[in-house]
Amino acid sequence: MSSIIDVSAVSKSFGGVVANKDVSLSVNSGTITGLIGPNGSGKTTLFNSIVGYHPIDSGSIKFEGKEISDLSVQQIARRGLLRTFQQTRIYGAMDGVQNMLISLPHRKMSIFDALKTFTREDYERADHLLEFVGLYEKRMLKSGDLSFGQQKLLEFAMALMNEPTCLLLDEPTAGINPTLINGLIDRLKRANSEFGITLFVIEHNMRVIMNMAEKIYCLAHGEMLAEGTPDEIQNDQRVIDAYLGAH
Amino acid sequence: MTRNKTMLYGAIMAFTFIAPFAFPTYGTQLATLWLMIIVALTWDMTGGQMGYNSLGNIFFYGTGMYVAALIAIGMSYDVGEYTSAAGGGIYEFTDLQYFGGMALGVLGAGLFCSLTAVIIGSLTFGLRGPYFAIGTLGVAIAAGELVSNWDWVGGGQGIALPVYPGDLDVGKTFFYFLFAAVGVATFLFCKWLYGTRFGAAINAIRDDEEKADAMGIHTLRYKLYTWAMAAFFVGLAGGISAFQLIHFEPLESAYQTINLGIFMVVCVLLGGKGTLWGPVVGAILFHLFKEITWNYLLGWQWVALGALIVVTVVYFQDGLMGWLEYKKPEWFGIKVEKKASGEAR
Repeated sequence: MSSIIDVSAVSKSFGGVVANKDVSLSVNSGTITGLIGPNGSGKTTLFNSIVGYHPIDSGSIKFEGKEISDLSVQQIARRGLLRTFQQTRIYGAMDGVQNMLISLPHRKMSIFDALKTFTREDYERADHLLEFVGLYEKRMLKSGDLSFGQQKLLEFAMALMNEPTCLLLDEPTAGINPTLINGLIDRLKRANSEFGITLFVIEHNMRVIMNMAEKIYCLAHGEMLAEGTPDEIQNDQRVIDAYLGAH
Repeated sequence: MTRNKTMLYGAIMAFTFIAPFAFPTYGTQLATLWLMIIVALTWDMTGGQMGYNSLGNIFFYGTGMYVAALIAIGMSYDVGEYTSAAGGGIYEFTDLQYFGGMALGVLGAGLFCSLTAVIIGSLTFGLRGPYFAIGTLGVAIAAGELVSNWDWVGGGQGIALPVYPGDLDVGKTFFYFLFAAVGVATFLFCKWLYGTRFGAAINAIRDDEEKADAMGIHTLRYKLYTWAMAAFFVGLAGGISAFQLIHFEPLESAYQTINLGIFMVVCVLLGGKGTLWGPVVGAILFHLFKEITWNYLLGWQWVALGALIVVTVVYFQDGLMGWLEYKKPEWFGIKVEKKASGEAR
């Protein structure tokens, strides 16, 4: 199995705060990989580094074998590496369908394509993906009026609309009604198996991540603490200590 | 619905054609109304649709005036000699020279303004919110000062263009229809543009630029294109204005930041930002308000205008169309969740 994201020896500090120190990991193509760790352990910082939100202090980040640590957010997104936000970001003033149409992949679009109106295929694809996440009935509503959980689902559907190769999800189940979480796990797995999208997921809900991921990395205090299969992670004393505050 | 729309468009077009003949004494006023509509529509392209409030769009109006005039003069005479004579020398323009110069000058003005929009945009689009507004205002003010110290283009005196060859009343109607044609073209262009993927992308930039970035939209490129398109139409309008006014000077008529530069923003705020019809309706309301206060409240007209701006900004932020959209969402095809069928699950 070849790796799609290669992070090696990445460090990032904000002033005196070391958010990531010598972090290395790799995400295998076509898999679901998890990233866990206590609050403030540097998970989101690592995500931000990967998708280009801030320059890294040292180390290297490769996507599909090419260095991306010096590219901008848009350039990385156009290569097919996309992220969703912990604080959901959707276009609140527009309805669900408009949100989906805006998310068409611009990497495949020249300016002449952009000056065309949306095609019937675009609308069908939007409807299909809204159906996939279970928002079809609510597609004509102003998306800012949707519940937080529904907005998360919409953001996930928007990411799928963009046809990414790899998707970084920052806490996809946070704020979602427990009864809907099973449905979401199922959809994430299907996005992985049916659409072939590699998923790299930050998650606090252990049940969710243990259910989905083939491999899990655990960060603590900005450093890589442990890596392994869900079973190995669950039984790793260092991980348990990190979560219970033995550090 | 579509039948009503066709009738509405038909009525507007009919009025556009009849107006200068039905109200001959208001010919210039009606031409100015179209000018207001053009600058309001183009201001809304960046301000309303893309979320970048420029206070410097008047730069393109002034630059359009100068470029059109210089091209028209330069085609027939030496520009330096013409401007240093300040209208004193005898420079005759044949009909071909006048209309040919105007056609190329106005078109050239549009294209030149597009180009400058790309250049200025690449310098200023890194600014957000009020910083972008002030930055672009600075560009317009600086340009006015620079041009007024540039003797080759007439300096503070400005430029005097030849008078319309032929009957002056026919000339008035001619300029009215030029403005009306550009106005209709601008409206149709906006109507088309906002329905494309491009239109959706600039709306995305307005609503959440960081998210648009994260989705891989070419944000800077789209911002530059949008401003270049807006600048093209403003440049055309400026070019026509140069010939309509005959004489213009840099600070009061070309780079008139505190007049037209602010009026276009007020028009859009009054009519409703980010809507297709808002700028048109706003321009009509504003022009009426301005003409009435300038005629009947002379001496207090600026006070009345200031009061209008304050009331609009404080109590009426969404403008007329925004208010209608809120009150009658079904007119705009927006569905609102009814309480009865509401959140059952």
